[in-house]
Order: sequence, then C-alpha cells, then structure tokens
Amino acid sequence: MRHWISQNKGFTAAIILFLVLYLFYNLLHPRGFSAAVLVQNSNELAAIGFVAMAQTVPVLVGGLDLSVGAVMTLASCVASVLLNGTPLEIAFGMIVTLLVGAGFGMMNGLIIVYGRIQPIIATLATGAIAIGLALLIRPSPGGDVDGDLSWGLTNSVADFAETYGFADGGTAAWLSPISNIPVPLILLFGVACLVWLPFKRTVTGRTIYAIGSAEGAAFASGLPIDRARIAAFTLAGFFAACGGLYLAIQTSTGNADMVQAGTYTLNSIAAVVLGGTSLLGGTGGVIASIFGAMILRVVSFYFRILDIDPLLQPLIEGLVLLAAVSAVAFRTLQVKNRLELFR
Amino acid sequence: MIAKLRLRPADRPIAIALGFTLLILLIGTAYTLSTTGTMPLLQPAYLMQQLQIGSFLGICAAGMMLVILIGHIDLSIPWTLTAAAMVATAVGGAWAIPAGLAVGLCVGLVNGFGVSVLRIPSMIFTLGLDTVLRGLMVAQTGGFAPQDQATPAMLALAKSRLLGVPVALFVWIGVSLLVTFLLVRTTFGRSLYAIGTRERAAWLSGIRTRAAITGAFVGSGLCAALAGVLLAGYSAKAYQGMGNTYLLPAIAAVVLGGTHILGGRGRYAGTFVGVVLIVLLNSVLSIMQMPEAFRQIIYGTVIIGMLLIYGRGSKVTV
Amino acid sequence: MNTAPIVQLAGVSKSFAGVKALTDVDFVCQAGSTHAILGENGAGKSTLIKIISGVLKPDGGELRLNGRPAAFSGPAEAADAGIVCMFQELSLIPDLTVADNISILRPPRRLGLIDHRAQIRRAEELLAQVRCEDVDPRAMIRDLSLSRRQMVEIAKALGRNPKVLILDEATSALTRRDVETVYDLLGTLRADGVCSLFISHRMNEVEALCDTLSVFRNGTHIETFAKGARSDTEIVRMMIGRDVTAKFPPKPAPRTREPMVLVENLSWENRLNGVSLTLGKGEILGVGGLDGQGQKELLLALFGVLKGVRGDVRVSGQPGLPASPHAAKTAKTRIALVPEDRKTEGLMLSLSIADNLLAAAFDKVATGSVINGARRDALVADGMARLQIKAGSPDDAVSTLSGGNQQKVVIAKWLMINPDVILLNDPTRGIDVGTKQEIFRMMRALADEGKSILFYSSDYAELIGCSDRVIVLYAGRVVRELTGEAITEEAIVAASLNIEGAAA
Repeated sequence: MRHWISQNKGFTAAIILFLVLYLFYNLLHPRGFSAAVLVQNSNELAAIGFVAMAQTVPVLVGGLDLSVGAVMTLASCVASVLLNGTPLEIAFGMIVTLLVGAGFGMMNGLIIVYGRIQPIIATLATGAIAIGLALLIRPSPGGDVDGDLSWGLTNSVADFAETYGFADGGTAAWLSPISNIPVPLILLFGVACLVWLPFKRTVTGRTIYAIGSAEGAAFASGLPIDRARIAAFTLAGFFAACGGLYLAIQTSTGNADMVQAGTYTLNSIAAVVLGGTSLLGGTGGVIASIFGAMILRVVSFYFRILDIDPLLQPLIEGLVLLAAVSAVAFRTLQVKNRLELFR
Repeated sequence: MIAKLRLRPADRPIAIALGFTLLILLIGTAYTLSTTGTMPLLQPAYLMQQLQIGSFLGICAAGMMLVILIGHIDLSIPWTLTAAAMVATAVGGAWAIPAGLAVGLCVGLVNGFGVSVLRIPSMIFTLGLDTVLRGLMVAQTGGFAPQDQATPAMLALAKSRLLGVPVALFVWIGVSLLVTFLLVRTTFGRSLYAIGTRERAAWLSGIRTRAAITGAFVGSGLCAALAGVLLAGYSAKAYQGMGNTYLLPAIAAVVLGGTHILGGRGRYAGTFVGVVLIVLLNSVLSIMQMPEAFRQIIYGTVIIGMLLIYGRGSKVTV
Repeated sequence: MNTAPIVQLAGVSKSFAGVKALTDVDFVCQAGSTHAILGENGAGKSTLIKIISGVLKPDGGELRLNGRPAAFSGPAEAADAGIVCMFQELSLIPDLTVADNISILRPPRRLGLIDHRAQIRRAEELLAQVRCEDVDPRAMIRDLSLSRRQMVEIAKALGRNPKVLILDEATSALTRRDVETVYDLLGTLRADGVCSLFISHRMNEVEALCDTLSVFRNGTHIETFAKGARSDTEIVRMMIGRDVTAKFPPKPAPRTREPMVLVENLSWENRLNGVSLTLGKGEILGVGGLDGQGQKELLLALFGVLKGVRGDVRVSGQPGLPASPHAAKTAKTRIALVPEDRKTEGLMLSLSIADNLLAAAFDKVATGSVINGARRDALVADGMARLQIKAGSPDDAVSTLSGGNQQKVVIAKWLMINPDVILLNDPTRGIDVGTKQEIFRMMRALADEGKSILFYSSDYAELIGCSDRVIVLYAGRVVRELTGEAITEEAIVAASLNIEGAAA
C-alpha cells in the first residue's frame, strides 16, 4: 500500500481531490445526498468517463489520440441507427457499434505504426474522417433507440431490474445492497475492470507502459512494440465507442456534431492529466482518468447548486483547469537539480 | 548540375506539397471545364480572392510553426484570435489594432510562462488558457456577437486592394518574410531549432531557453491576434467562435509543409505551401459543392496520404 | 574441440545509409569462453553485437548458432535462442518495477495473466544471485541509482538462462564490490559452458576476465588470439592501426599558481557535504573517487545547474556561483561544461554540425541578434579545423559522426566562447584511443594558454596521466589532495575507499 501510494502519487491526489470536491458538493446540495442525484451525476459522467479512458491508453505510449471525440460521435451515430428491434437485434447493434470503434482505432494504430506518422497528426486527420462518416450516417440529428434500454441503463440497478423484470422487478432482498447504484457507474468501472485490468497484466499491456517510459529499452528487451502500439489505439477506439454507445442510449439520438466531438477530445486530455497520467507516457492508468473525468464533472455540478451566472461558467471551468495543472508546477519549482526539468 | 537539382531532405515535403497543390488546381479545373466549361481556378482574380481568405489561416500557421518548431503546440489560437478581434472592435479608433495585438502579446506571455517556467505540457496549458479566454469573452459579451464595428483601418487591411492585390495578402507575405528572417538569420530562430531538437542540450549550451520558448509563444499569440484583427475587418465585426475553424487547419498546414510535429525540423516555405494547399483544396471542394461529410473525409485522407508519401524512402533513425 | 562453435558469423556485412559499418566479417566464439571484443569507437563492435542479438539484420552473410543458420526477426527471438545482451544504454524500463523488468519478456503467468507474486519471488532469487538483496523488487527502476540499475540489468540477463551473454560496457558504472560479483558470476557461467562476449574500454578488466580477444577496426575483424599472445602495445597498435608512443602529453613541473576558482565548504542536498578546493590559472585539477561521490554534482554546481547550493565560491575574485548556464558562459570569467552524456546533454543530434558548434556562441557571429553569414562560416570552419573534426560538410547532421568526433564537436562548441574555466565530466567515456589522446593533448595545450580545467574521470590512469593535482572525493567531500609524484594509482584508490594513511 505504501508502495502503491508513492508510485501513484498523481492518482492518489486525484482520488483525494475528487472525494473532497464531491463531499462538499453534497454538503452544499440543497436536498443533500440522494440516489437520484447520484444517478444524474453518473449519467453526466459516463460518456466523458469512457472518452477519458480512451484517451489514456495512447497517452501511456507517449502519443495522443485527437480522434477519440470523433470516434465517439461516429459510434453514437451508428448506435442511433441500430439499437432497436428485438433484443437480439439490439445486442447485434451494440456489438457492431463497439466493433466500428475498435476497428477505427485499429486503423489509427496501423497508420501510426506502419505509416510512421506521429499519432497526434494522424489522429487529427482520421478524426476528420470519422466525423465525415458520422455525417454520412446521420446528416441531421435523430435516432431510434429502444426506450426500455434507454431507461434501464441510465438509472439505478433497481430500475434496471424493474425494466427487464428480474430479481422480482428490482425488489428482491439480495439486490437491495446495490439497488441504488447507478447503472452507468457500473458500466464505467465494469468495462475498466473487465477490459483494462486484465489487459494490463499481459505482456502487450505491460509493453504499453514500457514504450511510454523508454521505447529504446523496450525494443532492446524484445518487447512487441508494434503490436502494443496498435493495441493501444484499438483500445482507445473501443473505449470511445463505449462512450458513443452510452451517449446514444442516454439521449436516444445520434448527432454528428463536430464541435461536440472536439470538446470531448479536449476534455478527455484534461481528464487524463487531472487523473495523474503523464502526457509524456509511461505512468498512470485508465481508472485514474475516470477520476480525472469525475473531477471535471464535479466542477460543473457546482455551478448548478451555487447558482453561478451561466455566463461565468466557461471562465471558472478554465481557471479551475489551469489551477489544477499548475499545482503540478509546485514540484517543478522545488527541483534542485534543474537538469531534471528537461526530459 | 545534377547535384543542384537534388533535393535536400528538408525540401522534399515542400516539393511534394507544391506538386499536390498543382494537382488540386488541375483536378478542379478539369471539373469546372467538364461541368460549366469555365476555369475560374486559373483566373488570377479568383485565386487572389481565395488567397485573401487564406491569409488569415496563413498568419495563424506562421505563428503556430514557431511553437511547433520547439516541440510544443498552441491550442489557444482560436480564442486568442476571437479575443483580439473583440477587443480591437470594442476599443475602436486608432488604438483598435494595437489593443488587439496586445491581447496576443499577453496570451503569448502567459503561455510562455506556463510552459517554460511552470513546465506544464503546452497541450494542456494552452488548452486551459483557451477556455479561460472563451470564458472571459462570454462573460464580457453575454455570449452574443458584440455590437461594435471594425474600424476603417481594420477594414482597409482586410478588404482593400493595393495595385489590384488584396492588402491582406501583403500582410501575410510581410509576416512570412519576417518569420523566415527570424528562423534563418537570427539567434532567436536558431535557438528555436536547438530547443526543439533537445532542450536539455540547448539549455546546457547556455541558450536562454525560457526566453526563447516564451518568444515563440508570443509570436504565435501575436500572429493569432493579427489574424483576428484582420478577420474582424474582413467580416466588419467580431463574433463568437470566429477562430474555431483555424486551429486544426493551421496545425495541418504546418505539418503538411514538412515541419516535424515533435519539433526541431522544418522550413517556413513549407508552411506557406501547406496553407496554399489547404486553401485551394477547400475552394475546389466548394466549387464541386461537396457535402460536408465528404469534405471531412477527403480532408483527412489528404493529410494521411501526403504524410505517407513524405515518409516513404526516408530512413528512420532509431 | 570438434563441436560447432556456439556463435559463428560468416561474411557478414552491414551498412547504414551507404556507410559500411561491418565489412565481410568472419567471427567465431566458443561455448565456455569469455571473449573480449576490442576496437575503437566506430570499429563495428556495437553493430556486431546488435546483429548477434537480433536487434539488427545483416545486409549480407550468415549468422550460425551451433552450426545451424539463424535469422532473428528481433531481440525476442534471439533471447529465446539463449542470446542475451546487456546493452551499453540500459534496456530497463524506468517506470516499471524491478520485478517487472527482470521478467519483462516471459513473465510467470496464472490463468494467462502475469502473476505478480511469482514475479517478485523470481526477482528476489535472481537479485540474491548477484548479491543485491538490498534492492526491493517492488521499487521502480527510476528510483534506483545507476550502479543498482546495472546490477538489475545483470539479474535480468541471468534470468533468461543465457547460452551466450553479451556485456556491452556493462561494468562502467559499477562499484568495486559489484565488479567483483560480476567477475565471480562470469566465472560460474564459464564453468557452465556459457559463452560471454565482453566489450570494455578498460584493459585491466579485459586482462582479468577474458581468455580470448578479438580486435576490430573500421568494420573489419583484424585478429582473434588467446590472452597473453599479444602485448598491450601490439593490441593498441592493432586497434588504431598505427603506433602509439606517448599516451599522455608531458606535464609541466608543479608550481604555485594564481587561484582562478576558490571553493569553500560547498554543500548541496546530501550529495555535496562541504567541498573545498582551489583551481589555479593554467592548471588541470583532476577529480577522482568512486562513482557517485559528488563529483558530477560539483561540476554542475559550478556551472549554475543546481539550485540551493551553499558555501563560498570565488571565481577570479568575484563571489558567487553563476545563476544558470547562460550566466556561467557570459560572466566576466567564462565557464564551460562538457557534460556527462553527449547524446542528450552535449549535442542536438539531428541538427547540423555547424548549428551544434555555434549553439553556445551565437553572440560571436551575430550583430544584435542578426547572424552574419560570413562570420558564421568562418567560425565554424575554424572550430572544425582546430579539433580536426572529420566530417563531410558542416551542414551534415552531427548524428552522422562517430562517437569520438561527436565529443570533439562538444568540446569545440565550448572553445568557441574562449572559456577561462573548463569543467570536463568524463570527456573520454566510450571514446576510442586515438581521440582520447587528441583530447589529452588539447587539454594540456589549453592549460598552457592559461585556461583552468577541472577534470573528472572515472579512469584513474587518465587522472594520473593528465592532472597537475588530483583531489579525491568521498561522500561529498574532499578526502585527499595529491600533487606531482604523489599522484599514483595506489594513492587514489586508497583515498577513494577513504583508507587513512594507506597512501604513504
């Protein structure tokens, strides 16, 4: 534990910051803490949380994926077309959506690895392609998403059970300990734990960290660098598609909105940094970035309860972001050997 | 003779971009010839008008190049541009343009401080500052386009013509000459290349890296502000989000011109060609009345395709 | 011995961008031998071992293992075949733990996933084998000192059950005790039939360890012979292709000098604990001691790199340390530093030779801040001529030069500002014999011109051969000062270990 904290200082700081922020948010909340508030908060978190997860993996290999917002948009447009009909059709639609995202991410990876193009610029270009494809699928906002699905996945576990009629419609005793947990939160952490944590414990997953930390050494050690890099971008596409899928379910629509895609991409970078992942690569993780996204979101929750002039909100958001990243600079100013400043 | 014709590696992307620009012109002309029997793309007046619109992007890209050369990036360009335009129109009178440029100067100084002194990654610091600037402008204007009008001087710079050539084009060329001179002939320019290649070695060589980095961000801020002032003159007023469409094309233009996104390598001539390429590509797609979806796809494909061509044959050194 | 050699190269060639690095090399090494590969920088040693370890593919010729042709697609395949390489630049990942690094390629697994506990156990076993029980397998590599990292690297290599172990300058940062450990290990491995390929610039190590020696020069294999078959002079002649007469230039007689730099009680963090020294005008003051006793920090402090340094410093009478490298080079008494790592600290590798040479001296070729083209070209030509830098054109990237020529560029860069005090941090590390001698001659010439030189070297022979005086650092303070005839290897070693009076 002591080791874990000293080796994950950024993550620890992010968790503490989030807990403090969220505690005060609930103390200040006019109606106090309630399951409904939690559900609402989680819903607002889910999409950006997934996109932040998506951004993390390329950042770990020392790259950036400027297409995550666009891939999320593309996935939400695909989902808005496919998520209806029989349960089987819906399941098929979900799988197709996720595959589209993962496939797009893999294409990014292939271009970066075999085309030898810097990730930041390659994904800038493929992001435009993703938006173009999204526009082809959804020239104007709209969609047809199964209503039960939309209701069930955006509320608490009890509501989900009620919608799909199991566990006695959500009233079963065994369900009660978790019945108030919002489904989006479970989805977010579930994907992180079922996909990312096992992946991290493979050689490919470890290579992702190794590349960001010291690529030359990773190569000399015989690690599968190309495979890891492609996997990193594929995972980014997959997580982004999870975000898009959720967004489509949540809003019941797909919207090929370029500005929104750009905002998600930029916020994902902010979330990654707030979560303590180094933009230089090698340290950090996907779950840390969920906390980064949570911090970003909590800040915006404050606006609602503190009755801040909406016109001031962008300003405060920007200042908070600058303040948070500048906090890291305290360490910079304390460095005694200034050579350490240059990496 | 042959030795003279051989391209230096740094010039290869520039030559390819130039060739591709001509190809776009040819395709566009072939299209207009086959549909309407005219060839507007080859008429100087039309080209001049396109380049006039392109000069705003060109000036942004010139500033962006300074920052990319040192291995950083300036994401605050959109709202620096907008803020400069809004401040310039709000101040009005003789001080309109200096006030607009002062915004760029301040943004550049803050960015330079955050990146060189606090050593926050430019990607995130300039993004934060961009949000702050947006916040300031939204709070100031209430989220609407301000009512102020561009001053006559701004209108003249952006819209009038001198000897049949738009003045904005002269401004762009002036900025280009200045940046080229800075990069090739001054200690500041050489320091940028040194820092972009390896900041640690540059600092240990006694180069004042903080000053140079700040200088590059100031350059970028000033260029974005100048573009904002011109654009406000061109549209006769400032409006929300007027800079949003300039960020990504500016980065693309710099990179298509052969500047390495990680810094240290690149020539200004390439950036100039890159801007021309993007401007002409846009106008050809407009002439073809290409729907937005295909525009985006073509746009992305062109960037990837060109970079793949640049990469071919060049040895990768580990 | 009638079995096939464990590693055999037949007619192997390799070139980079048209420059031959290896030309038609035939090379054989046997199981159970410790085989030294000698040669100047640029002789092709690195290329050779990179081909054997699967990092590079040969352009022509064949690599055979135990008589069978082998073609590796990468280092992983070579490692599976039992060829394990410890590279000069470490192959450890700083942001992973020691245990992760030791089992990086073939980790123990459970249910298909990496088993962290088994990994830690394995790391503990291997670290015990190299007598590094003090290293915590859960610690991050980046938190370890250079010498510990090198030992982890050795543990990692052992864990791969090598049949051929390649050590490329693997002992350069080790402490004496660790070197002993490595010697013992190599002995055990040899007994087990492992072939060790050993690359080192330290002749005494080669003498102590190896049974077979191969000399390379300019990408060709000159000769392989048993230890003792050739004298040192013959070996050096083979390596550089010409006679070496005097290794070090003659020293002037000791005399009192006007002090240039006076340091009194210099302290920084826990690395410098009250260093006091006097550096005279025209003097070469050697700094000795075991690795990591504060020598590097001393140089960095004098160059204005470190913050929070305490103590009194006077540079030609002016009190105070420079605030930054820029201040150091522009002060009335100009100070220059040739840094430890030329690839990341001394040079901007992808920039041209000219740009690198001018990096510290832009103001010499500029009016205001506008560069004068004619003055620039003249100064660059002058700098290249002064140090006899061998290059096609000053516009070539400095990365195209050999290691020795690169180091000359670093030194030439600083001579451009005509410095009064020159700080040298191990300037001959990883450099060939010929260039070393040029550097020694130049140091003496500079001292004769009245420059003061503070010279840190990890090689005692260099300190003895070059310095007018030597100070020995131990735990961040000067434990001994030696002058003239008193500068002997015994005296330096004794002082390095902080043994009182042993030098008398």
